[in-house]
Amino acid sequence: MSDAAIETEGLRKVFGDHTAVEDLTLQVSQGEVFGFLGPNGAGKTTSIKMLLGLVTPTSGQASILGAPIGDRATLARVGFLPEHFRFQDWLTAGEFLWLHGELLGMNAQALKTRRDQLLEQVGLAPFRNKQLRTFSKGMLQRIGLAQALLNHPALVFLDEPTSGLDPVGRRLVRDVIHELRSEGTCVFLNSHLLSEIEVTCDRVAFIRHGEVVRILSLASLNGNQAVVTIRASGLTSAMVSEMARWGRDIESSDQQLTLTVHNEDAIPEINRYLVAQGANVYAISPSRISLEDIFIETVGKDGGL
Amino acid sequence: MKKIWILAHLTFLEAIRRRIVLTGLVLGILFLLVYSIGFYMIFTAISNETALDATAFARVAQNEMSNFLLMAGLYAITFLSVAMGALLSADTLAGKISSGTIQTIVTKPLRRSDVVLGKWLGFAGLLALYLLLMAGGTVLSVFLQSGYLPRNLLAGLSMIYLEALLVMTFSLACSSAMPALATGGTVFGLYGLAFIGGWIEQIGAIFNNQTAIQVGIATSLLFPTEAIWRRATFEMQSAFGAVLQMTPFVTLSVPNQLMIAYALLYLLVALAAAIRIFQNRDI
Repeated sequence: MSDAAIETEGLRKVFGDHTAVEDLTLQVSQGEVFGFLGPNGAGKTTSIKMLLGLVTPTSGQASILGAPIGDRATLARVGFLPEHFRFQDWLTAGEFLWLHGELLGMNAQALKTRRDQLLEQVGLAPFRNKQLRTFSKGMLQRIGLAQALLNHPALVFLDEPTSGLDPVGRRLVRDVIHELRSEGTCVFLNSHLLSEIEVTCDRVAFIRHGEVVRILSLASLNGNQAVVTIRASGLTSAMVSEMARWGRDIESSDQQLTLTVHNEDAIPEINRYLVAQGANVYAISPSRISLEDIFIETVGKDGGL
Repeated sequence: MKKIWILAHLTFLEAIRRRIVLTGLVLGILFLLVYSIGFYMIFTAISNETALDATAFARVAQNEMSNFLLMAGLYAITFLSVAMGALLSADTLAGKISSGTIQTIVTKPLRRSDVVLGKWLGFAGLLALYLLLMAGGTVLSVFLQSGYLPRNLLAGLSMIYLEALLVMTFSLACSSAMPALATGGTVFGLYGLAFIGGWIEQIGAIFNNQTAIQVGIATSLLFPTEAIWRRATFEMQSAFGAVLQMTPFVTLSVPNQLMIAYALLYLLVALAAAIRIFQNRDI
């Protein structure tokens, strides 16, 4: 396979009479921060579990870091923070990281350095000798994140990494992801928090019923796209169709016209055009498109139920 | 191999941190204390009775009583070890799968069989320590008070250890497929079946009833715990008791070496099944 970090084709998982993942076809490049979005029950966690070899696919193919899924040696270069995880809560934070480092096959010296560094990074250095059962949800999330980064992975799966975190914790996760990106690590991020995805991801995939319905580059989103609402009288159908020059998703009613423009620079041009054609323009109000708008538009208001 | 040791060590550490070792130790010492007091009182009474006629018969009577009491103690300990083995492993895989603890473990570069073998090794070590404390303590208490040591002690204790291992392994296999409570129910259900089957076989042997003996053998094949226990009592029974055939700890229908080989095979198959089921399971 190619040098993609993740490549799947027609990945499918059926549990009894329930299809968790219908047909997942996806490609994620090395070094990319990739968001995986979808309503509850869309098959996001099952997809991650298949990629990590926790769940055997019913059919389809997939590879991570160029090796077929389930390849043990590859897992030494992968990090994973599961959703709803529970850790060995009778271990101390230091022991917990030590255990996972040992299982990764790290040598003692490297592990010691890395453990101390990560405890510092996630702000748990003062709690290294405390057992995990005394930890709050946020602290557990932090130690889980540290665990996922022990081996300087080339690919990290983060399943809802910010759930249970306060704003400070969320900021920490965001910083960690930025740092990973700068180190060239591929991050596969599964999150409900669209605002998080918006600021951290390069690309997102929307999935619904276990199928990718749309892949979006966030660079375009963060560009100048906007939904423009125009209030005017004297609009003709010719004027409305002419709007296709500047935008898409054109809708018009008696006194109102909405469209999505690719670039906000189009707004004065639209205004000049309408006025020149004899329309009376009362107001033009642009609003930026948020990921949330796209999410609702893509998966539907029913959340794909 | 290294990964197996890491996980075995983890299992040990878990037992210590979750105070399983501590409670086992405290209750074990309490058991030994009560047992020793009981033995002291009975043995003193017997010795007083037989002190007047200082014949060889007195010595035999003392030895018989010591053997009887020792076997009674070991019988209780066997049951406790079996229960310990079943309870330790019943929730291991099932519990860790449902809580998700296992997710960060099995996504490390290791075989899933390493996880099962590591757990198994850890439990086997814990059971060995438990038996060493309990059976060792009982034998020592009897020896210090009466000077009695059963014959084939090591072979007998090995049988008890084998029985505890067998139940633990079987329970581990069940726990890779079903929840802890179902595992517990299955294991103790089979243990009870083997127990009653063993008695039917024993009593059948007295009356030389072949059907009853066959029933016993069939239940032993289903779950060989009682057969192993009877082999243990056979190894350790007194020569005199074997002739008299009159205490509950004298074995009339002795499970042969083939049955022991079968039990070993049973254990290995259970372990292989545990690995196999766990390997194929979605987590």
